[in-house]
Amino acid sequence: MAEKVLMKGNEALAEAAIMAGCRHYFGYPITPQTEIAAYMAKRMPVIGGTFLQAESEVAAINMIYGAAAAGKRAMTSSSSPGIALKSEGISYLAGSDLPALIINVQRGGPGLGGIQPSQSDYFQSTKSAGHGDFKLIVLAPASVQEMVDLTFKGFDLADKYRMPAMLLSDGTMGQMMEPVSLEMGEVKEYDKSSWAACGTKCEREHNVVNSLFIQPEELERYNFERYERYAQIEANEVMYDEYRMEDAEICIVAYGVAARVSQNAIDKAREAGIKVGMIRPITLWPFPKAVLNAAADKVKAFISVELSMGQMIEDVELAIRCKKPVLLCNRVGGMIPTTEDVLGSINKANSLGGDK
Amino acid sequence: MIVFEKPKALADVPLHYCPGCTHGIIHRLVAEVIDELGIEGKTVGVAPVGCSVFAYNYFNCDMIEAAHGRAPAVATGVKRSLPDNIVFTYQGDGDLAAIGTAETVHSAARGENITIIFVNNAIYGMTGGQMAPTTLPGQVTQTSPYGRNPEQVGLPVKVCELLSNVDGATYLERVAVNNVKNVKNAKKAIKKAFQNQLEGKGFSLVEVLSTCPTNWGLKPDKALEWLEENMIPYYPLGVYKDKTAEKEGE
Amino acid sequence: MTHEILLAGFGGQGILFSGKFLAYDGLLEEKEVSWLPSYGPEMRGGTCNCSIILSDTKIGSPIVSNPNVLVAMNLPSLDKFEASAVPGAKIFVDSSLIDRKVERDDVEVYYIPATKLASDENLPGLANMIMIGHVIAKADVMPYENVEKTMKKLVPAKKANLIELNIKAVELGYNY
Repeated sequence: MAEKVLMKGNEALAEAAIMAGCRHYFGYPITPQTEIAAYMAKRMPVIGGTFLQAESEVAAINMIYGAAAAGKRAMTSSSSPGIALKSEGISYLAGSDLPALIINVQRGGPGLGGIQPSQSDYFQSTKSAGHGDFKLIVLAPASVQEMVDLTFKGFDLADKYRMPAMLLSDGTMGQMMEPVSLEMGEVKEYDKSSWAACGTKCEREHNVVNSLFIQPEELERYNFERYERYAQIEANEVMYDEYRMEDAEICIVAYGVAARVSQNAIDKAREAGIKVGMIRPITLWPFPKAVLNAAADKVKAFISVELSMGQMIEDVELAIRCKKPVLLCNRVGGMIPTTEDVLGSINKANSLGGDK
Repeated sequence: MIVFEKPKALADVPLHYCPGCTHGIIHRLVAEVIDELGIEGKTVGVAPVGCSVFAYNYFNCDMIEAAHGRAPAVATGVKRSLPDNIVFTYQGDGDLAAIGTAETVHSAARGENITIIFVNNAIYGMTGGQMAPTTLPGQVTQTSPYGRNPEQVGLPVKVCELLSNVDGATYLERVAVNNVKNVKNAKKAIKKAFQNQLEGKGFSLVEVLSTCPTNWGLKPDKALEWLEENMIPYYPLGVYKDKTAEKEGE
Repeated sequence: MTHEILLAGFGGQGILFSGKFLAYDGLLEEKEVSWLPSYGPEMRGGTCNCSIILSDTKIGSPIVSNPNVLVAMNLPSLDKFEASAVPGAKIFVDSSLIDRKVERDDVEVYYIPATKLASDENLPGLANMIMIGHVIAKADVMPYENVEKTMKKLVPAKKANLIELNIKAVELGYNY
């Protein structure tokens, strides 16, 4: 076990990216993720990497597109309004089958919104990160250690499936410090020679990185192929964590900081004799549908705890085929549900009849 | 004896350009330069959105298709990742001087060691002939059917003049491909723009005045005349900036 | 055993640093630790606070809403957080900057003129660590003998004089 250090989530994430072999970072300042850029600005020149502050989020994501097309591990980070600007480039990355890691340290919206933590980009990241049919692998850390582990994982999955991955964090995860181990496994190398635009050396046909297919038959074929890959990901890469679910009659579903708060509420409710547990999605896409659906046969109700007006709750309802009621416990605008807020929802769920 | 042949860097496929369009000439000049400098194997090209969107099929080097206007940002990402490779963008006027203005100006300001071939034909060709940032005053297009009215939509953007005030830019030249002499000059400029990159001298942009017979509503020969009579007076040819010459002169 | 600590004051008082000090000790003691600052424009000279949790068990929410240790280094902080402390909480008040008393009677209150002491003892800007010293004395958040070791972990060796001054400030508060 490596020695643990205390690090801010944003900085731990940045160091993890470097350890994962990322040497190309392009970004644009926005609160509350600026520590990532600052960390990269300090470290990249020392290790022979690239840190570049772009003229806009739009330019930054297109620089990522260029670096990824050249076959390099590349990363950008931003916060909600900035991710909206990056959505053009994200779609192009997906359409050109390019791997990259995009960090969203979410803040409240819509519009300029606020700078406090939020989870209101759930739809944006899991359903509609840009135009066209495509998916992002979306990873949701709930601790500084997971900021590190999922950054590492995100790069690997992106390379493995040749698609962009997103780490969906929030201001709390970014700003907090916790003890963290930076010991990670080997960085797996992927052969990119069949597609990367890095010079033919006049030894092969040219590689073309492109998302334009004027013939509808061809474009359709690429879309179907891409979704076959997505099906593999749904089959193989779902990650979640269960907390006190053994005998649970109520199941909380929460990710990130909402899951941390829910843990407190679960412990308190258990002290009062209420059997409540939690399924915490670590991958928001692919969403842990099967485990939720299985839980629906055991519990009498679900509670979706979110920092949004109710976005993930739709996926919970779909996953359990609406077999059981799903309550929403939410705060928005930068507010975070308190333990008492969640306890209130637990009591409400507990008072529901049930066919159990 | 072979007197004339297709440059090796140019793919052996039919180009989609309209009859009389000068994109074909400019493609050829770029390919000839790549051949002469012997850099095909290490060149990565970035294609735009616009008439030259399919440029990725026409050059034998590795190619990347960029989003509209973003080619300089994409090229920045490539060049920073592969500093020993040669990276060029090939962009039209809408791409470079409207939607991609920020990317153009800031890649110049950073002095990115890249080469930009900027094709200015004063109109959006691919989408069927709309007003471009470089459309001339009074010029009729689909979206300026009564002629470009400067009182309503302002005056054209002169890219070389604009960028000549950007300290980070190294080399800016405007050329045309309307006659043999100008084509020869254009090739010289394009070669210099690639040579600069090979020598690590920084941001080079060559603006090439080009024709669009289809959307101008002119026959190819008349289009060449129109370029000569209308575009060159508004967009004078010449070197707008050359830091390499300044240094040599010192 | 879990301590939920809230340090609050205004920007520039070293609130975040003193919170880090406690967090680093938790790290050395191999406790579960979380440290969460308030962030944003309010940090630029406005109010500033920092949540620290030290625990033997896995920490849920890193946000301290109901502290059992509250350190208030200006009046707005006391006004804002006094009511949130749990019954029996220990509240530490910098009495040189806050001229009112704590109104609740279900908490233990310690008044210490930390800012004045810092100025009298030529420890500029170290009122925060004087407060922490007093917290260590009264609230059992970390063993006093760890102070030097933890400070050396937190402050780089090249700033040796800062280490010394900080330790002096903690001692002063501890013995007050």
